[in-house]
Amino acid sequence: MELNGAEITVKCLADEGVEFVFGYPGGAVLNIYDAIFKQDKFKHVLVRHEQAAVHAADGYARSTGKVGVALVTSGPGITNAVTGIATAYMDSIPMVVISGQVPTAAIGMDAFQEVDAIGITRPCVKHNFLVKDIKDLAATMKKAFYIASTGRPGPVLVDIPKDITGQPFAYDYSMSVDMRSYNPVVKGHTGQIKKAAQMLFEAKRPMIYSGGGVVLSNASKQLTELTRLLGFPCTNTLMGLGAYPATDKQFVGMLGMHGTYEANMAMQHSDVLLAVGARFDDRVIGSPEHFARDARRIIHIDIDPSSISKRVKVDVPIVGDVAAVLDELIKLIKASKERTDATALSAWWAQIDEWRSIDCLKFDRASAIIKPQFVVQKLWEVTKGEAFVTTDVGQHQMWAAQYYPFNEPRRWITSGGLGTMGFGLPAAMGVQLAHPDAQVACVTGESSIQMCIQELSTCKQYHIPVKVVNLNNRYMGMVRQWQEFFYGNRYAESYMESLPDFVKLAESYGHVGMKIEKPEDVEPALREAFAMKERLVFMDFITDQTENVFPMVPGGAGITEMILAEEL
Amino acid sequence: MRHIISILMENEAGALSRVAGLFSARGYNIESLTVAPTEDATLSRMTIVTRGSEEVIEQIVKQLNKLIDVVKILDLSDGSHIERELMLVKVRAFGKDREEMKRMADIFRGRIIDVTEKTYTIELTGPGTKLDAFIEAIDPVAILETVRTGASGIGRGERILKV
Repeated sequence: MELNGAEITVKCLADEGVEFVFGYPGGAVLNIYDAIFKQDKFKHVLVRHEQAAVHAADGYARSTGKVGVALVTSGPGITNAVTGIATAYMDSIPMVVISGQVPTAAIGMDAFQEVDAIGITRPCVKHNFLVKDIKDLAATMKKAFYIASTGRPGPVLVDIPKDITGQPFAYDYSMSVDMRSYNPVVKGHTGQIKKAAQMLFEAKRPMIYSGGGVVLSNASKQLTELTRLLGFPCTNTLMGLGAYPATDKQFVGMLGMHGTYEANMAMQHSDVLLAVGARFDDRVIGSPEHFARDARRIIHIDIDPSSISKRVKVDVPIVGDVAAVLDELIKLIKASKERTDATALSAWWAQIDEWRSIDCLKFDRASAIIKPQFVVQKLWEVTKGEAFVTTDVGQHQMWAAQYYPFNEPRRWITSGGLGTMGFGLPAAMGVQLAHPDAQVACVTGESSIQMCIQELSTCKQYHIPVKVVNLNNRYMGMVRQWQEFFYGNRYAESYMESLPDFVKLAESYGHVGMKIEKPEDVEPALREAFAMKERLVFMDFITDQTENVFPMVPGGAGITEMILAEEL
Repeated sequence: MRHIISILMENEAGALSRVAGLFSARGYNIESLTVAPTEDATLSRMTIVTRGSEEVIEQIVKQLNKLIDVVKILDLSDGSHIERELMLVKVRAFGKDREEMKRMADIFRGRIIDVTEKTYTIELTGPGTKLDAFIEAIDPVAILETVRTGASGIGRGERILKV
């Protein structure tokens, strides 16, 4: 069957089982849009800014585990998409981004809307391709999906010059991908897994530290089984929330810069640490020198060898897919007669319970002003802990992480690595489209939400009933918090003046707006909003301007050097 | 420590910029980098000379392996290997210097590949240290121009980097 390049592109997407393409048309992709117009296999979602197209594809991918797809034009189309691509790259999200390019003959001529898309995106993609020959188009698309979704996932860009999309060629998508240069390891080394099991049995103060890799590998079941089998404490990174049920008693909370006291203390004082799909980043372990002060043996399971022994020296590295490695580890432990020293383990739990007893997440529940933590807790209650929660970046993000315990993976959708403000609303669109009947909340702040506020228009067009929970403290809260702690209360440019009336703004886009100013109105407002199943409701919660996120590990400090709420 | 790393990679447009970009993005240093296609035209072989602690070199190798276009890597410094570099030096060669330059080229087993009334162009091959020694040995004022390829390397004996 002979098709033109645009039709081939679209056919490839259909054959990959793509449900949604998030995009924005422009000159270089007009042929592709024409081909989209003539098909009905997938739905195209027209965003209002290319950054949002990529975030929406990202939200779709995070909440489903499938590859997200975005389509943008050349020049400003792709440069606008870069923030979204970098966001997905930092969090290892499977994604294919298709960008139009000026015609082959015009490349390098400083043509209208020309930009070196391959060069600009190279440092923030898993791989990218410039299709220079129509013969290579289908095979390149196949490789792009394969690379994006296997190994450590990540975004892959396919840059297609306009003339290629107009050329005819026979369509065939039956090829298999065989790349001599790319063969990700799945199965872990059996000898190493045996060593790991032995080390776990020898532990006196064990700790399981798991991250986004568990979610990406769909290994929550295995992580939960292993943790229960061993009776060890488990902590999740920001990216890993939901991978272990957060309401379980063996869960000690999130760790890191805004982690719980007990999680950070247990991490530092453990003698055997099992790191699963996590990468010891600076927001998690703080200073590596401080972390190394206490001796411990570390087992590290990761599909990416470059994540192992990068910031922290590891004793037993295991390269492989988390689910496959955990399966084997569980089998070994079950078959063994050995068990961890029960007396030592119960002493360790007693210590952890003592740390827990300081109740590091307490806040003023009697406050006459709305406390942001209170809003998140009520959100959890009203949604029975079952909502998908997307966030932007800052204080609200940390409060959502701390006060909305997730019992399932892929419910927590946040930009962890890049920390992208403006992520929440478009990501929520992708989540809601993938899960039309689910409750989807975008927890945000008045500063973040304005970075992609235009997507309220997309939500109207496609009837996306996201619930926006705006924690409005009239400050870039996290910036203000750092300025308060480390810059002598000099609040340089962190006050958000001239805010819009969010209620009217929501209404002008055709949505429902609510302003909530008293604590007693929080729960009723949330109930009313979530009862409106067909509508986007923008809830503007006027919260305490001075509230800070605790505990807090100052940048570069050790994870046990926490500032706690009561000390201030 | 100095390491010499050999990389076999797909001979694709942009492959070189992926490697160079990786080094600059992650703050690794490159002392020299050479690249050319191999006997198999679909493969390029690159030789990178870099410096770093064992941890840094380990990361460099891992990060290089992560590049989709990279097929195989060998840290030649892990075993015994041979290194060669080519240098072309244009030197002033008139009056009493002319005979002296010829003699120096002979001592270093260089070849004079271009001659004018006033200059010689000398071709010299060897490990980088030998080329350095030659530069040291001749009068700096006499050097008009130098160009070096950077090191190429290959493992000794049975040590082979091949797909």
